[in-house]
Amino acid sequence: MSSLLNKFAREPELEPERYEFREAPIHHFALDRRDFFKFFGAGIMVFAAAKDALALQESGGGRQNHSEELPKEITAWLHIGEDGSVTAFTGKVEIGQNIRTSLAQSVADELRVSFETVRMVMGDTQLTPFDMGTFGSRTTPTMAPQLRRVASAARELLLQTAAKEWNTAPEKLLAVNAKITDPASGRATTYADVARGKTLAQRIPDEDPMTPASEWTIAGKSLPKVDGRAFVTGRHQYTSDLRPAGLMYGKVLRAPSFGATMTSCDISAAQKFPAAVIVHDGDFVGAAASSENEADEAIAAIRAEWKETSQPSSSELFSYLKQNVASDEPSDLTQSGSIPDGLAAATHRLEATYTVAYIAHAPLEPRAAVAEWKDGKLTVRTGTQRPFATRDALAEAFHLAKENVRVIVPDTGSAYGGKHTPDAALEAARLARATGKPVKIVWTREEEFTWSYFRPAGVIEIKSGVAADGKLTAWEFHNYNSGAAGIGTPYTVPNQHIEFHPVRSPLRQGSYRGLAATANHFARESHMDDLAHAAAMDPLDFRLKNISDPRLRDVFQAAAESFGWPAKKTKPGQGFGIGGGIEKSGYVATCTEISTDDARGAIRVVRVVTAFDCGAIVNPDGLRNQIMGANIMGLGGALFEAMAFNGGRITNARFARYRVPRFRDVPDMEIVLMDRKDIPSAGAGETPLVGLAPAIGNAIFDATGVRRTTLPLAPRA
Amino acid sequence: MAPPLELVVNDQKYPVHSDPDTRLLTVLRDELGLTGTKYGCGEGQCGACTVLIGGSPRRSCQVLLGEVVQPVTTIEGLEKDGHLHPVQQAFLDLDAFQCAYCTSGMIISSVALLTQKPDPSSTDIVQFMQGNICRCGTYPRIVDAIQRAAKSMEKQPR
Ligand code: FES
Ligand code: FES
Repeated sequence: MSSLLNKFAREPELEPERYEFREAPIHHFALDRRDFFKFFGAGIMVFAAAKDALALQESGGGRQNHSEELPKEITAWLHIGEDGSVTAFTGKVEIGQNIRTSLAQSVADELRVSFETVRMVMGDTQLTPFDMGTFGSRTTPTMAPQLRRVASAARELLLQTAAKEWNTAPEKLLAVNAKITDPASGRATTYADVARGKTLAQRIPDEDPMTPASEWTIAGKSLPKVDGRAFVTGRHQYTSDLRPAGLMYGKVLRAPSFGATMTSCDISAAQKFPAAVIVHDGDFVGAAASSENEADEAIAAIRAEWKETSQPSSSELFSYLKQNVASDEPSDLTQSGSIPDGLAAATHRLEATYTVAYIAHAPLEPRAAVAEWKDGKLTVRTGTQRPFATRDALAEAFHLAKENVRVIVPDTGSAYGGKHTPDAALEAARLARATGKPVKIVWTREEEFTWSYFRPAGVIEIKSGVAADGKLTAWEFHNYNSGAAGIGTPYTVPNQHIEFHPVRSPLRQGSYRGLAATANHFARESHMDDLAHAAAMDPLDFRLKNISDPRLRDVFQAAAESFGWPAKKTKPGQGFGIGGGIEKSGYVATCTEISTDDARGAIRVVRVVTAFDCGAIVNPDGLRNQIMGANIMGLGGALFEAMAFNGGRITNARFARYRVPRFRDVPDMEIVLMDRKDIPSAGAGETPLVGLAPAIGNAIFDATGVRRTTLPLAPRA
Repeated sequence: MAPPLELVVNDQKYPVHSDPDTRLLTVLRDELGLTGTKYGCGEGQCGACTVLIGGSPRRSCQVLLGEVVQPVTTIEGLEKDGHLHPVQQAFLDLDAFQCAYCTSGMIISSVALLTQKPDPSSTDIVQFMQGNICRCGTYPRIVDAIQRAAKSMEKQPR
């Protein structure tokens, strides 16, 4: 057990997104029809198998060779009960990105029922189909179409069933508003009546046309959030709010620094607390008690000694990264033409190095888990983005069959890519096993800042050339450690060398909203700005000259138009900047206005215009909320967020020392949505973020003539 | 064992057995089961734990049980006879939350603001709410929701 805890705690997740794809296990869901209906009640059930799902997923990564086995794999299902209730099941989880609402919209739309009729069951390893996890902005592009297809197949099944009963052809019938009518004869029935007494299960057919976005009636609209009332009244129970009978509160003894190993541990003083249960298993040491205070006191009474190791500090981070390239790992490489030729053809050549700091997700709800054992079976409720991976980790740690572990994810107090690891679940489960009672672990803010994982820091080096006519001739791009997401340039360049270099990260690192795309866009778009100035061109014109993708051109032009680009300076300290790109099939362009205060070096972002194209829009209001949120969150990483560490300790593990965006930091924001009904929807949780940091950096350059090449751009302001 | 202290929360009297030096946040959540008030930092920096004590906004993670003499109002106490408080209604109507973990603290702080200043400008709002963090970045909608609530309270004082 303890070695497993260590594995999860220590193993750095290099290039986490690929890491996640690679490890996805193929799960065989043995669907038993009788069990299903016993559990959910009679009615009609329709499911999608992975073959259908895979066609819709661009995941890749070696999964295709399992194709013979795939029909067993179920990815989404839907149940229509005898009372006409509709329940859709997905392994995705709600972490504030509003998919409980937007997925229900898609189902309602396709099934021709009211939005209120649809209930979503999400993220429960016993009730919902396997899912790799909720990350990578893949819910809208992959899960929404799967549920749509399931819903449309269910509608067809209802029509067929009614047609059979009426001795007519299904094409002659209409499905509207949870009713089936036969216009010819005037007969009518409800979905509830059709489902009554049935136990019909059907897999969705291969060819199953979905309603085109232009004909959506419920999706595509702004609907209020499902369960909204529970949130504004405080009734919704996050994991950290659960209080099952007999609950004990758990605490874990943490090492004094990263890389420290325990040399001795004396728990005798802690055992004097009658109400506390102490667990010492390898170098896992924890306590559970009937109150948080008692658990804290018990932990404080433990005498442990540690051997600490020398650890790099944040002041030497970037040289450390360059010196610790994990050269044995293969790196991503894109090459075309020849860089020397391209540079020789250029009239202006530039070379620059950019750096990005480690930052924390700091979800407002820290990691939490409530674990309970019963008859050798383990149930854990936890706020995770990967319920099935958490289940697998628990099964492995406690030598259980997967069927004996159930992970349930209550709608969670946000994650931003930060809740992929099973830490809190393992800790709570270990303590619960010792106590025989349910145990809750809620990480403190300091634990969250220290023992979770960080967005990777990185160093990016660019060498480039541009010809007299403003066309790019050479583009050499090296990213050390931060990752390969968004590393490719969307501009047309004949000679390219783009490479990602994995590094032995000094801190535990992993996924983060936007991940490396933020760093790569920051470097690329800052550099493009310098090239524009070298070529004496307007930054927008320069970009347009080198763009061939019409959707990218459109978002740049839309943002510029709405912003009033090029803008005229009217005040001292004013500056304007632009930046954008393509990521996860979404297109974004951002214009910003900033003001600087010379005396204090403070930077204020005054105005932001974001133009965004993610294909057909499912819920415009939810989308605006996401984009606004992405911009505001991005402001922190762009301007002031950075982990500070020294001697294996995080030295700013508190909100008082780690500044995050607050009300006063919020600029005027304008969002231009390009609704492309003809293009499948892409996710939107991440991409809007990537244009912001470079647009701010470029505006600072415009205001001051000084190029800042580090993220955060204004750490002390 | 010491006799229980008495705490008035949401117009209801509760005997409380926790130590007087327990944080009010812990008492509310763990002893009284009023989990609408959230833990976000424990250092007085995020506002997720905001409650009203005698009508004033306080960070319940920074208040010890023994210090509380006036009645406490938490998010659970705002809804009256099935009617949401105008601030709750405005947050709901304007979708002024994403994960909503900050929402209880935001709503309680907004109620406190509107009691002090029934018609706040957006500058007033930003200043007053500066101590409340929303990691999902819902700030602009929260400002709008407070202004909408101010309007509806002007028409229909509570
Ligand atoms: S939990 Fe009290 S201010 Fe953050
Ligand atoms: S809505 Fe998530 S922290 Fe505010």
